[in-house]
Amino acid sequence: MTQALVALRKDALLQWRTRGRFVAVFVFGATALLLFSFAIGPSAGALRQHAAGFLWLALMLASTLALGDSFHGEMENRALEGLVLLPASPVALYYGKALANWAQLALLGVALVPFMVVLYDAPPGGALPLIGLILLGTAGLSFPGTLYAAMTVQVRGSQTLLPLLLFPLVVPVLLAAVSATSLVMTGDPMDQLRSWTLLLVCFDLIYASLCGLLFGRVVES
Amino acid sequence: MLAGRNGSGKSTLLRVLATALRPDLGTARVAGLDVVHDRDEVRSRVALLDHKSQVYDVFSALENLELVARFLGDPKRDRARCMAVLEEVGLADRARGPVAEFSAGMRKRLALARVLLKAPDVALLDEPYGELDPPGFRLVDGVLDRLRRQGSTVVMATHLVDRGREHCDRALVLAAGGVEWDGAARQLPADAGIVA
Repeated sequence: MTQALVALRKDALLQWRTRGRFVAVFVFGATALLLFSFAIGPSAGALRQHAAGFLWLALMLASTLALGDSFHGEMENRALEGLVLLPASPVALYYGKALANWAQLALLGVALVPFMVVLYDAPPGGALPLIGLILLGTAGLSFPGTLYAAMTVQVRGSQTLLPLLLFPLVVPVLLAAVSATSLVMTGDPMDQLRSWTLLLVCFDLIYASLCGLLFGRVVES
Repeated sequence: MLAGRNGSGKSTLLRVLATALRPDLGTARVAGLDVVHDRDEVRSRVALLDHKSQVYDVFSALENLELVARFLGDPKRDRARCMAVLEEVGLADRARGPVAEFSAGMRKRLALARVLLKAPDVALLDEPYGELDPPGFRLVDGVLDRLRRQGSTVVMATHLVDRGREHCDRALVLAAGGVEWDGAARQLPADAGIVA
C-alpha cells in the first residue's frame, strides 16, 4: 500500500511536470467533438440525441494519446526498470500509474462536458451524476489502457497498436457509459440508469483486479 | 572485473546478474541466490549501474533519489541522506535542477548516487568511468574504494584495464559470450583483446 502511494505520488508529479501534453490531448478531444458535430449537421434534435455517444468517443480517442504518453517518460532512461530492480512492487507501480491516468482522463472528461453542452445543445443533466459516470467510465478506460500502454510502448507503431488492442476490450464500458450518460442528460423514465451504472462498476472492478495481476508479467517480459 | 571487446557480453552478463534479463540457458547466482528463482531477494541485495541512467528527466536529482529512498522504505534514507550522497558525487549544487538539463557525465554521477543510496551487498557497475571527466574518474575510484570498505562486492565492466587492475581482485575477459581469460586482475595481460 505504501509503495502504491509512492508510485501514485510519482505519477501525479510526472503528469504535473508534463501538463503541456494534457492541454494537447484536451484540444484533440475538443476538436473531435467539433468534427463530430459537423458530421451530424445542423439538426438540433440529432445533435442532442448523439451528444453522449460523441462525448465518450472523443474521450476514448483522446485517452489513447494520454495513455500512450504516460509510459514514454518511464522508458526514456529505463527509469521504470530502475524502480522494478530496487525492487519496487510491479503491482504498486501499476496502480500508481493507473490511478494517475484515471485522474487525468476524468479531468479530461469533465473539461469536455461544457464543449458538448455548447456544440450539441445538450442538456447537461445533473452535474453530480454526470461526474460520477465520467469517473466510472474513465476508470474502465484507464485500468486496461494502462496495461496495454505498458505492453505496446516499446513496440514499433505503438500509437496504432494501442487502440487496436484497447478498443475491442472497452466496448462494454463504452456501451454502458454512453447509455448511462444519455439517460442522465435526457431523463430516465424506465429506471435503467442503475443497471448501466452497475455494469460499469462491474467492468471497472474486473479490469482493475485482472490488469493489476497481469502488469507484473508485462514489466518482467 | 569484466573486460572484453564491444559486444562480447559484458553488459548482458551484468543485466542477467541484476535480474533485468532472464538467462536463456544455464544458471546464474548472486550471493548464493539464483537470479531466476530468488529474483526478489537478489534484487534487494544488488544495485545496477546501467548504460542508461534509470532516472526521470522531469524530476530533479534530489527528487529522483528521494523516489528511490521512498521505494526502499528506509527512514534512514531521508532527504539529508540523499543530499549527502549528491554531495559525494559532486551534484549538491545541482540537486534541485531538472535532470533533463544534465550532461551525460552528470547523469552518470546521478546514477552512481542511486547505487550509493541503496548501499547494496553487490554492486554491478557497467562502464562506471564512461562519459566522465578526470575528476569524475577520481570520483569513481573513491566510490569503488568506499563500496569495498563497506563490504560490498563490486562487479565492474570496463575497458580501462589499468583502473580494473587497481581496484579488482579477479578479472574475466569475455569473448563471443564465453570466457576467454580468467585470473587475478593484476596478471591481466595487456593484449587480452581489450583497449588498455
